[in-house]
Amino acid sequence: MSAASQSAPVAMPAGFLDTERRSKRALGFWVYLMSDAIIFALVFATYVVLSRNYAGGPTAAELFDLKRTFGETMLLLFSSATFGFATLAMLEGNRARLLVWLVLTVALGAGFVALEIGEFLGMIEGGATPDRSAFLSAFFTLVGLHGLHVSVGLVWILVLMGQLLIKGLTRPVASRLFRLGLFWHFLDIIWIGIFSVVYLPGVL
Amino acid sequence: MLGRLSIDALPLYSWVAMTGAFVTIAGALSVLGLVTWMGKWRYLWTEWLTSVDHKRIGIMYVVLALVMLMRGFIDALMMRSQQAIALNSEGYLPPDHFDQIFSSHGTIMVIFMAMPFLTGLINIVVPQQIGARDVAFPFLNSLSFWLTAGGAGLVLVSLVIGKFSTAGWTGYPPYSGIDYNPYVGVDYWVWSLVLSGVASTLTGINFIVTILKMRAPGMTLMRMPLMTWTALCASLLMAFAFPALTVAGGMLELDRLFGMHFFTNDAGGNIMMFANLLWIWGHPEVYILILPAFGVFSHVVTTFSGKRLFGYASLVYATIAIMILSFSVWLHHFFTMGSSANVNAFFGIATMIIAVPTGVKVFDWIFTMYRGRIRFHTSMLFTLGFLVTFVIGGVSGVLLAVPPVDFLMHNTTFLVAHFHNMLIPGALFGYFAGFQFWFPKAFGFRLDERWGNRSFWCWIIGFYLAFMPLYYLGFMGMPRRMEHYSVADWQPHLIVAAAGAALILVGIILMIVQLVVSVRRRDELRDLAGDPWNGRTLEWLTSSPPAPYNFAVIPEVRGLDAFHELKERGVAYVRPDHYEDIRMPKNTACGLLIGGCAFVFGFAMVWHLWWLAVISVLAGLVVVVFRGSQDETEYTMSAQEVEAIENARYEQLAKAPRPEFDEEEEVIPGAPLRGGVM
Repeated sequence: MSAASQSAPVAMPAGFLDTERRSKRALGFWVYLMSDAIIFALVFATYVVLSRNYAGGPTAAELFDLKRTFGETMLLLFSSATFGFATLAMLEGNRARLLVWLVLTVALGAGFVALEIGEFLGMIEGGATPDRSAFLSAFFTLVGLHGLHVSVGLVWILVLMGQLLIKGLTRPVASRLFRLGLFWHFLDIIWIGIFSVVYLPGVL
Repeated sequence: MLGRLSIDALPLYSWVAMTGAFVTIAGALSVLGLVTWMGKWRYLWTEWLTSVDHKRIGIMYVVLALVMLMRGFIDALMMRSQQAIALNSEGYLPPDHFDQIFSSHGTIMVIFMAMPFLTGLINIVVPQQIGARDVAFPFLNSLSFWLTAGGAGLVLVSLVIGKFSTAGWTGYPPYSGIDYNPYVGVDYWVWSLVLSGVASTLTGINFIVTILKMRAPGMTLMRMPLMTWTALCASLLMAFAFPALTVAGGMLELDRLFGMHFFTNDAGGNIMMFANLLWIWGHPEVYILILPAFGVFSHVVTTFSGKRLFGYASLVYATIAIMILSFSVWLHHFFTMGSSANVNAFFGIATMIIAVPTGVKVFDWIFTMYRGRIRFHTSMLFTLGFLVTFVIGGVSGVLLAVPPVDFLMHNTTFLVAHFHNMLIPGALFGYFAGFQFWFPKAFGFRLDERWGNRSFWCWIIGFYLAFMPLYYLGFMGMPRRMEHYSVADWQPHLIVAAAGAALILVGIILMIVQLVVSVRRRDELRDLAGDPWNGRTLEWLTSSPPAPYNFAVIPEVRGLDAFHELKERGVAYVRPDHYEDIRMPKNTACGLLIGGCAFVFGFAMVWHLWWLAVISVLAGLVVVVFRGSQDETEYTMSAQEVEAIENARYEQLAKAPRPEFDEEEEVIPGAPLRGGVM
């Protein structure tokens, strides 16, 4: 099976995600995402409650740099777009193009994580450590939790790229890629929330 | 290198704690020794530990629950005996140890006894009830079990190495913060909770998909058996409430590990956030515990009354209403913490409203029994005991839902009496009823009823003796969790309560006797037909114990009580003309390995063994990637193999006494025929 899909582009037949097994997995993964969304919702709520508790430490307006945040946003949103193109390539059965789009996605995602780590390190060097105030505890936890998700997503993309290289674009791999796509776009939505709830009100 | 771990971690501070550690170690060693002596390691490994069969996993869950029930009950006995003698004296437990005991008692009973028990019952029963061959994600099921076992392992290890939390099962900061609790107890509590919490979330996801996607043809939502409905609602609650526990525990641990300020007194921390987060999980959790028990009661009542369930639709809607309302009452756990009167009033009213669907259910069960031919099986006794006792607890709950009353009763033994009054008859009796009811399905023989009935009477009388005095003491103003006290009036009541606990101990011993007697008499008690109680739902169509695939041919459902309907039409045991190949999930050790890594990770985090934490995470990740790259996770059981198993099954059926179908329900005037919408 893998040899065939490696050599010639084999388009995924229409509705291949609707077979019983894949639809079970898709539903299960959706429920997982919603349950993860609850985790984020509660961390968001905690951040909102604690977001002005500076305890005499640095405030959001002093710490946040919207330019950097804009850069992070662009990187993450474009990584979602590239993942979308990867999904299209997957549905066409074009493994080479799929891999290219995935590499691009990893590059953009890694750029996002690098910017975020840079932001964290800069804040910590400036004395704005997570144990300085409740605001900073909540900030580092919320944004860091999202960053951790993105990092796990990156590892996951790399693992699936490995599977693509070894096994080819088989149906199990395609099915996994589909769920990875859900995960990746989900993180985008969370980031929009972080941008609107954490960064924008912080500097406005 | 060893983090906080040193020789001081051994429980040399009191002889009671040393005894506990000794019993734990001796218990573990004797189990290992027994398995080795019987030469059963290979059997255990291939048939159980690596199994992904929902029935096997269910049985392992129930075994875990029973083991933890012993542990949690010993805690209860120790507390009751301490309080019985501790008038103006120190008793035999030092305060620090007493505090560990009430903390571990609550944590164990809720998280490591009740949760595994109900998850085990759901696992054994629900896939069979909906005519499925397994759950949607068999490997995930095994992983959930091993994560739960890892969490339970952490609690047990805390008996031997280090101490358990002294902050109660709810672990409120700032007392559970690093300033007041610098040692490992709270960390044990958090990590064991987080492991089992993640496991429960995964279980919830698994059963949502199983129930929504894998029902037999013809089983519409409104034809699902009540146990399946309650399992679905409990699963939804598990998937969407347990994240709150993960968040609360995670933030508390961040405070403790990195000096953050979520819940600290200083630097802008907000202690109320913890109470909110914990109870956003904690209140739905109460209904996670009790809804599956409601499902059990529904089946026991219908089966042993020989009638359709009265008001099936109203029971379903009541279950759904409870599920939704359970997210809107969490604040009643901390009325006294300073919310405004309007906020308290809102949550007080919501709390009273949630009693309404519960009351609907009680009436449905009573009307189901009305004019039925009732058989007093042990599970029916537990159900009747539940009906009577649970209503008392419900009434005291509505009382506590009135905020001004709650201000008076808050933190007294009245509250302790109330929630034990809900959870022992409501949840635990339900699990016991389910245990007695479905035991033959899981093991192929019935439990001895005489010993079961004796055990029931000890349990119910012991319950009243143990907890009615606590209601009274609460009115008298006795705070909960007292290690010693100086009010002489309290002592007689506490002695009665201790006697009640002792009677419950007899009940537990009689349950063990029942098990032993039943195993020895298993040939007389053999369930040949797979339908020992003239059951009504599909799980009784399979053999006892069921074949790995449950159903050789997936049954077609034409109404509520699908199996009863098949029997009425006389087609329940018709041989199909041919069998087909069946795809079954392969066993895997991955769940066990990941659970083991999680246990090691939790232990490493408790003791600040960072290197070990990193290693265990990486090892777990390797297993996840390995498993995530496997394409062939199923094997085919050939039609010949299926036929051989089914032929043996039909030979056994021929030997079974024919069940009687002289149901008189249809001629009873006034009994609802369709059991559906009234």
